[in-house]
Amino acid sequence: MQTQDRHDATALTVSAGGRRAGWRPWFGLVALALLLAVLPILPHPVRVPEYWITLLNYIGLYALVALGLVLLTGIGGMTSFGQAAFVGIGAYATAFLSTQYGISPWLGLIAGVAVTGLLALGLGAITMRLSGHYLPLGTIAWGLSLYFLFGNLSGLGQYDGINGIPVLNLLGWHLESGRSIFYLIWFCVLAAVVSVQFLLDSRVGRAIRALKGGSLMAEAFGIHTGWLRVVIFVYAAVLAAISGFLYAHLQRSVNPTPFGLNHGIEYLFMAVVGGVSQVWGAVLGAALLTLLQDWLQSLLPQLLGQTGNFEIIVYGVLLVLLLQYARDGVWSYLTRWLPAPAPRALGPAPALPQRAKPEAGALVLEVDAVRKTFGGLVAVNDVSFSVRAGEIIGLIGPNGAGKSTTFNLVSGVLRASAGQVRLCGERIEQLSARAIARRGIGRTFQHVRLLPGMSVLENVALGAHLRGHAGVVRSVLRLNRDEEARLMAEAARQLERVGLGSLLHEEAGSLALGQQRILEIARALCADPILLLLDEPAAGLRYREKQQLAQLLKQLQAEGVSVLLVEHDMDFVMNLTDRLVVMEFGTKIAEGLPQAVSQDPAVLEAYLGGVDEDTVVEAQA
Amino acid sequence: MDFSIAAILLQDGITSGAIYALLALALVLVFSVTRVILIPQGEFVSYGALTLAALQTQKLPGTCWLLVVLGIACLLADSVRVLRRPGERRQAWRTLPVLAGRYVLLPLALLAVTQSLVLHQGADIPLWVQVALTLAIVTPMGPMVYRLAFEPIAEAGTLLLLIVSVGVHFAMVGTGLLMFGAEGSRTTPFSDASWSVGGLNVSGQSVWVLGSAALLIVALYLFFDRTLSGKALRATAVNRLGARLVGIGTAQAGRLAFTLAAALGVWCGVLVAPLTTIYYDSGFLMGLKGFVGAIIGGLGSYPVAAAGAVLVGLLESYSSFWASAYKEVIVFTLIIPVLLWRSLASPALDEGEA
Repeated sequence: MQTQDRHDATALTVSAGGRRAGWRPWFGLVALALLLAVLPILPHPVRVPEYWITLLNYIGLYALVALGLVLLTGIGGMTSFGQAAFVGIGAYATAFLSTQYGISPWLGLIAGVAVTGLLALGLGAITMRLSGHYLPLGTIAWGLSLYFLFGNLSGLGQYDGINGIPVLNLLGWHLESGRSIFYLIWFCVLAAVVSVQFLLDSRVGRAIRALKGGSLMAEAFGIHTGWLRVVIFVYAAVLAAISGFLYAHLQRSVNPTPFGLNHGIEYLFMAVVGGVSQVWGAVLGAALLTLLQDWLQSLLPQLLGQTGNFEIIVYGVLLVLLLQYARDGVWSYLTRWLPAPAPRALGPAPALPQRAKPEAGALVLEVDAVRKTFGGLVAVNDVSFSVRAGEIIGLIGPNGAGKSTTFNLVSGVLRASAGQVRLCGERIEQLSARAIARRGIGRTFQHVRLLPGMSVLENVALGAHLRGHAGVVRSVLRLNRDEEARLMAEAARQLERVGLGSLLHEEAGSLALGQQRILEIARALCADPILLLLDEPAAGLRYREKQQLAQLLKQLQAEGVSVLLVEHDMDFVMNLTDRLVVMEFGTKIAEGLPQAVSQDPAVLEAYLGGVDEDTVVEAQA
Repeated sequence: MDFSIAAILLQDGITSGAIYALLALALVLVFSVTRVILIPQGEFVSYGALTLAALQTQKLPGTCWLLVVLGIACLLADSVRVLRRPGERRQAWRTLPVLAGRYVLLPLALLAVTQSLVLHQGADIPLWVQVALTLAIVTPMGPMVYRLAFEPIAEAGTLLLLIVSVGVHFAMVGTGLLMFGAEGSRTTPFSDASWSVGGLNVSGQSVWVLGSAALLIVALYLFFDRTLSGKALRATAVNRLGARLVGIGTAQAGRLAFTLAAALGVWCGVLVAPLTTIYYDSGFLMGLKGFVGAIIGGLGSYPVAAAGAVLVGLLESYSSFWASAYKEVIVFTLIIPVLLWRSLASPALDEGEA
C-alpha cells in the first residue's frame, strides 16, 4: 500500500499555487482551484494518467498534515514529530467503525476528529507549558506508543491492519476512483489553506504569531499564551485526523506502518522544505518531497544494488543541509520574484469603546509597603509611592536599586512577597500580568519586544487584543471583519497620535531603535490603558530621539494619560516628570519634585557613590 | 509470578536499565554541553554492535568505509573554512596536511589494519582486539557528525538543533541498513561464566554490563570533577558565552562531548550485542528509552537520569512479563506522567527573557 504513493509528475499544482502570493490575493487561489477541477476530466489526448492523479491525491493528503505543522512550528514556534499518529487515529477511527459496526464513514470522521481533538487537548495541556524541547520529545514518545498500540490491539487487526473499508458516499456520489476522491481531497486542502490564512489574518492570528516572540510580551497584552498554544496544537492535530480519514477511504485499508514515527518526521520535513512559516510552503513541500521520494525509490535500488528504505539517507542529509543553508524553505525563493501583496486599505470604522478614565488628580496607582525577597535577598524593601491621574512619575536609582523589580511587581511579572499594589483602589499584587493588562495597565519593555516580520500596524493592533472578542471559529469563518476594521483603525489612530502615521505598512524590524520604542508606546496606548508603564524608554536613544520622546510624553500627559517610568537617565527625567521616586538597594531614599530630589544629599550620595564625609558636608554647604 | 521469576525479571531489568543509564548519561552530557538532543545516540549502539558482529564473522564492517567518507566530508568542510578566512589562509599549507592526516589518513589506516586483520587472522582475533577495533572505528564518527551537522549551527535554538538531530538520525539509520543489511546479529559474550546465587542464574555478561556501567559512571564523575577538560565541559554547559570568554573553545567542547557520547554508545552496543539480537535500527529504541530516563532527570542531573533509566529498564522487564505485546506502549506512555510531573515541578519559563 505504501508503494502506491510514488509516481512521477510535474509540480503542476505547485507552480499554479505559486502565483497566489502576489498583488491580487484571490486570483491565484481561484486559478488553482479551476486547474485542479479540470485536471481529472481532461479528454483523451491530454488525459492525465491515473498515476499522476494518485500522486496528486497523496500530495494533497500530506499537504493537509504539513499545513498543521506550518501553523504549529513555523508560526507558533513549537514542533511535533508525532503528527503521523494523529493521522493514524483519524484513519483507524473510520476504518474500525465502518467495518466493525457498519457505521457511516461520516460519523467515523466525527469520531476520529473528536478523539484526536481530545487527545491533543490532553497532551497539549500537559506539555505546552514546558520550555522548547519537551514537547517534541513528548511527541516522539507518544508517536511511538500509538504506533505500537495500533500494531498490538487485536480489534484493530494488529500489524495486518483493517481491510475492506467502504467507499465514501458524498450526497449519492460514490467516491470509488482516485479521480473522484481527488476532488474531495483537494477541496479539503484548499479549504484548510484558506482557513489557516483567515485565522492568521485576525486578532487571534496576530496573537498566535506573537507566540514566537516569547510569552512575556504577549501576556502583557492579555494574550493567554498557554491556551493559544493548545489551540493551534489541536488545530494541527485535527487537520492530521482529516487527512487520515481521507487516506483510509482512498486506500480502503489501513495498517500501522504509515503512522509510525518516521512518517511523522517526514511530515515535518515537508513543512521545512516548503517553507515552515508560510502556508503555501506546506503544499509545496508535500509536493516536492512526494516527487523526490518517488524518484529516489526508483533510482536508489539501481544505484545501490539492493532494496530498502534508503531514501531516508537522502532526506536526512538534505534536511541537515537545508537547515544549515536555507532555513526559510523553497517557497520563500519563489515569492522573492513576486511583488509583495498590497496592504489592505484602511476604511473608516466606528471607534472602539473606551474604558472610563479616572478624573484628573484621582489616585490611579498606589504602591503600599511592597516587598520582594529572593531567598535571603530583599530586592524591594517596603517601598511606597503613588501615581495620580495625569501625572508623570519617574522611578530612578542606580544599577541594582530594585527599580526593575518594582516595575515587575506592578506589571505582574513578579508577585510581591508582602505589601499591596492597588490600581484605582483594586488590589492587583497577586494577579498575573494578563489579568493586570485587562484592568488597564499598558507597558513597554526595556529591550524592545516587537515582532520584526510583522507590519508596524499589526504590531500595534496586538496591543488592542483585549478590546476585540472574535475567537478562532469566527476568524476561520471570516465573521470578524467589522471588528478587524475597528481594531486596525484604532491601531492606525494610535500610530498617528505618536507620529508614526507614515510608517503603517513598514516591517517593524526595519525601524530605527527610537521609532521602535515609540511603536511600543503606541502599542501600549492601543490597549486603552489607565496607566502607562515605561521601562527605561530612553535607553539607547540618541539625543534628538530623547527629545522627541520627551515631547511625545508631554503631549500624552496633556491628553490625560498617566505615566510611571523607570529611568536611568537623570537629564531625561529631570524636565519631564512631575515627581521622582528614588531607590537604592531596594529601599526608597527620596521622593519629591525633580529639583528638590536632585539636591537631596542621600540621592547625591547614591548617584555619585562612596562619597566621604567631607564632600557631603561641602555639598550641603 | 513467584519469587524466582521476579528475581529473573529483576536481573533483566537492572541489566537493561544499566545500558539505558549509560545512554541517558551520554544524552545529558551532550545536551548540557551543546543543547543538542542527540536522537542518533542509539545509532552508535547499533553501529558498535554490528561492527563487532561483522568482525566476528570475518567481514570487513561497512563502518570502516563510512568513517573514511565522513573524514573526507570533514576535510572538505574544514578546508573551505580555512580557505575562506584570510588569516587562516596564510597558514593553509601547514593546517591542511594536518587536517588531511587526521580526517583521511587515520581512517584509511584503520581500514587497512582492519582489512588485514580480518583477512589474515580470521576468527583468531582476540575478543579484546575486536572490541578495541570497534571502538576505534565508530567513536570518531561522534565528533565528525558534530563537525558536519551541528557545528555550523551551534548557536541556533534547541528546536532547530533537535530537527537537525532527527535528520542525522534518518541519515544514520539508512546508512546502517546499507552497511549491515536488514538481518540482525548477535556476538559472542565476554564471558561464559555463570554463577548461581540463591537459585538465580547470574550470567557473566550481565556482571560485565553492571560492572562496566558502574565503573563508567564513576569515571565520568571523576572526569567532570577532577580533570581540566571535564571542568571545561561543565563550564560550557553552564554558560557558553562565559566559557568562550575564559578561553574554552565551545566547538572543542562540543566535539569532546560527542566523542564521549559516541564511545558510550559503542560500548553499550558491545555490551548488549551478546544479550539480544541487534538490528540496524535497534539502537534507536534503546536510545529513546535512555531518553525517557534522561527526561525523568530533567536532562540536567546525571544521577537522577541514571536512576530514571534503571526504572525504565525495570518497568520494561516486568511489563514484558505481564503484557509483553504492550511493553513498548507502556514504556513510552510513561513519559506522559513524567512530563506532567516535570511541568508541575518546574515554573513556567519565559523563553524570550534573556
